[in-house]
Amino acid sequence: MALTETPMQAERARTIFEKSKPGRRAAVLPAAGVPERPLEELIPARLLRAEPPRLPEIAEPEIVRHYNRLSRRNFDLDTGFYPLGSCTMKHNPRLNEGVAALPGHARLHPAQDPKRAQGALELMWLLQRSLAEICGLPHVSLQPSAGSHGELAGLLLTRAYHADRGEERTKVLAPDTSHGTNPASVSMAGYEVVKVATNERGGVEMDDLRAKVDGEVACLMLTNPNTLGVFDENIAEIAALIHEAGGTLYYDGANLNAVMGHSRPGDMGFDIVHVNLHKSFSQPHGGGGPGAGPIAVSDRIEPYLPRPQVVRREGDNGHGPSFDLDHERPKSIGRLRGFQGNFGVFVRSYAYILSLGADGLAEASETAVLNANYLKARLAEGRAGKHLPIAFERHCMHEFVLSGKPMKRELGLATLDLAKRLLDFGFHPPTVYFPLLVEEALMVEPTETETKESLDAFADAVERILAEAESDPEVAKQAPYTTPVRRLDEVKATRHPVVRQQL
Amino acid sequence: MLDAIGVASPAELFEQIPEPLRLDRPLELPDGLGEAEVFERLSALAEHNVDAEGEACFIGAGMYDHYVPAIVDAITSRSEFLTPYTPYQPEISQGGLQAMFEFQTAMSELTGLPVSSAGLYEGPSSVASAGYLAIGATKRRRFVVSRGLHPHSREALTTYSAGYGAEVVEVGVEGGLTDAAQLAAAVDGETAAVFLQTPNFLGGVEDVEALGAAAKEHGALLVVACDPIALSVLKPPGECGADIALGEGQPLGNRLDFGGPSFGFFCATEGQIRRMPGRIAGETTDVDGRRGFVLALQTREQHIRREKATNNICTAQALNALAAMVHLAWLGRRGFRELGELLVRRTAYARERLAAVDGVELLHEAPAVREFAVRLEAPVEAVLDFCAERGIAAGYPLGREYPEHPDGLLVAITERRSREQIDELAEVLAEAISTLRGSFGTSEVTKEPRNGAIR
Repeated sequence: MALTETPMQAERARTIFEKSKPGRRAAVLPAAGVPERPLEELIPARLLRAEPPRLPEIAEPEIVRHYNRLSRRNFDLDTGFYPLGSCTMKHNPRLNEGVAALPGHARLHPAQDPKRAQGALELMWLLQRSLAEICGLPHVSLQPSAGSHGELAGLLLTRAYHADRGEERTKVLAPDTSHGTNPASVSMAGYEVVKVATNERGGVEMDDLRAKVDGEVACLMLTNPNTLGVFDENIAEIAALIHEAGGTLYYDGANLNAVMGHSRPGDMGFDIVHVNLHKSFSQPHGGGGPGAGPIAVSDRIEPYLPRPQVVRREGDNGHGPSFDLDHERPKSIGRLRGFQGNFGVFVRSYAYILSLGADGLAEASETAVLNANYLKARLAEGRAGKHLPIAFERHCMHEFVLSGKPMKRELGLATLDLAKRLLDFGFHPPTVYFPLLVEEALMVEPTETETKESLDAFADAVERILAEAESDPEVAKQAPYTTPVRRLDEVKATRHPVVRQQL
Repeated sequence: MLDAIGVASPAELFEQIPEPLRLDRPLELPDGLGEAEVFERLSALAEHNVDAEGEACFIGAGMYDHYVPAIVDAITSRSEFLTPYTPYQPEISQGGLQAMFEFQTAMSELTGLPVSSAGLYEGPSSVASAGYLAIGATKRRRFVVSRGLHPHSREALTTYSAGYGAEVVEVGVEGGLTDAAQLAAAVDGETAAVFLQTPNFLGGVEDVEALGAAAKEHGALLVVACDPIALSVLKPPGECGADIALGEGQPLGNRLDFGGPSFGFFCATEGQIRRMPGRIAGETTDVDGRRGFVLALQTREQHIRREKATNNICTAQALNALAAMVHLAWLGRRGFRELGELLVRRTAYARERLAAVDGVELLHEAPAVREFAVRLEAPVEAVLDFCAERGIAAGYPLGREYPEHPDGLLVAITERRSREQIDELAEVLAEAISTLRGSFGTSEVTKEPRNGAIR
């Protein structure tokens, strides 16, 4: 492999602080229009800062150019296939950006009197009703800011529910395939996490579950379909076991994109569900946020929902219905955050639900499952089928997990090497090394918004990389070659962290 | 595609779902709509809101109607920033990672603390995350919290504390500032952290250094919530002994959006770096020695450490933090300072102007940056309705969260609130109070102000 630098590689990273030159600026602020009194007259000098923070001094054209150039050092969903498992990288309709930016949404103050924010509250109420229907659970709080925030909310709700019944429980069960946020949320909520094993079909090992369910168990957290991409057929029996023991059943909604309009967590027996609006409901991921993680709950959990709660009140004297924020919820766990939640995300997700409608959502899930199974079939052919076998041989739902173990043994190529080589082919790699249960795991989620051509191109690229590795594994082991930087030293960044620029 | 899979129809793929759990009817949702119809539907809803474009907004309480420069939208709406996931593959995420690194540098400069997270959800939940950090750092389970801390932050801290098991003790506010004697008496050897806010919720600039002495004495962490814009003029918390400085990031480059999405900033001393919540970008090199950036210290995080993670958060609110960084670059070193000075002066003007109104008095005389509290001699909700009729959102009523101030109103100033608008606020308030004075106790206005929506 000839190692000539690409133009972008030749351009070394320089931060905006390094482009700063004293005296340059962009902003022109309005004149105060009031007496220019010395600050020390208004605030005691000892409370004032001596020097302004050393922000960059730079003119607008250079700011724009700096961030445009930075943007070109990112790969993004609008540029290419992004089959990152469990992340649901589906198309982000630009219509949603447009409606979120309407001044009536974007410039609405969160503390505006509900009388003067009726449209926003109605939108939130409509989204609550839509999510309740999709999840099959009657009550929704939109407050949690992300999936992990929803998990924490669900566990705090569980704690409040049991406390109200005079019970104190200490343990939360989660399968060994669960997302890392599950055990992390369990610890934050003050519980001890107990791992449950996975059976040969990729579902919960029932004997292990039976052995671990007792009166100490507050909750079982489950993803269904799970992170292996398979539906746990024993869910009804699992729910019965947990409910008999007095626990709650929590649904990690990261994989809801597989079942919208086909099966509902509430009907499966779940008490609490979080929904990742940034996954199933098309909120752009923003390079790591923002998102939102509303929760849907059953009747018995409803009294404990976070406050305030959006409510609809029937009008009297010929008035239509009105919407309000209900703060008077005596059993509520309280607030999880400020104000009403990530409203801008609600607007986008509600626009998405309106666009697709009942049939469209079901079709989206159907196509997501079809695409995943097609790509799985393509990757079962040829070299991929030999070196990257599927972890659990059965139809998958919206994603599937391959094991790179034979590839590593036979070709000396780690999953990480394959992932890095895919970068040179213009693909974002699948999720790697998760779930932990599968050695050298590759978790692939194509989503419904990819064409057959994209899926074929990805499968062809994997085939080419494996063929290349059969003759020379070093090519992949040194990859990538064409990216703005090549393989980075992550260990150094953790051992000797440099987390800000010294000025 | 079906042939390749070996099924006759997509429905067959759903047969792995046990039949009784398959939904045997369509979802009870409307049919899908075309783009124009969706736009119309949502525009119609938006028109039922009174936003800061339609009235002069003096409401603050942690989120402010600042001008967001046009380049913020231009940059954050680029696909390359809008549509990627978290930068798990750093070689193709250098843009986002470098922006995080720049953001961390900027927030570290603002707060005077060396370590910054790449961004948390928003303000109040960041306060609650500081509580979790403090428990891990001190092995103690008691928080002493100023009543000057945002009521939403106090409540979020209490909500989280029910989970991780901590006691929250509140200390009062006197004359617009945290009661120093009460605070000193409340802090002891069991205290994990002391939580202050400056400017506090009532707008008063706290003497963080003096108040923080009690925390230092007992080995508790000093956590200071702050308004990032106020840090343009106020002594940085890091120079006042703060172990953690955090807050709501919305005033930096983010829209009001009826409360979110925005971001929380979270900065700390070097000693806390391995206990920090959330993503942190770090500088490193690639195999050829080129400078590059990665997610650093991932061994703190949930995807590696699972139940031993320092927090469960995965988001960095990266797009919102980028907006903040672009706004800060646009303001620049001098513009940022000028903005702070502008706010202090206009706020001083507004405070004097309102205090001169018959029926308005200052709730306290503590120094202020951009927000201050007054007392009204007429029912606050009725006054707010009166002002709203005149196109003014006069402020944030304190009564619900501060029952000791049922007549209190919090007024916020931004660079968008001109002297003319401030004068108009004073005039309309005067009129409102003279009209409504004496209507205390008449049930209509004071008891059920939230009925009868305008539709």
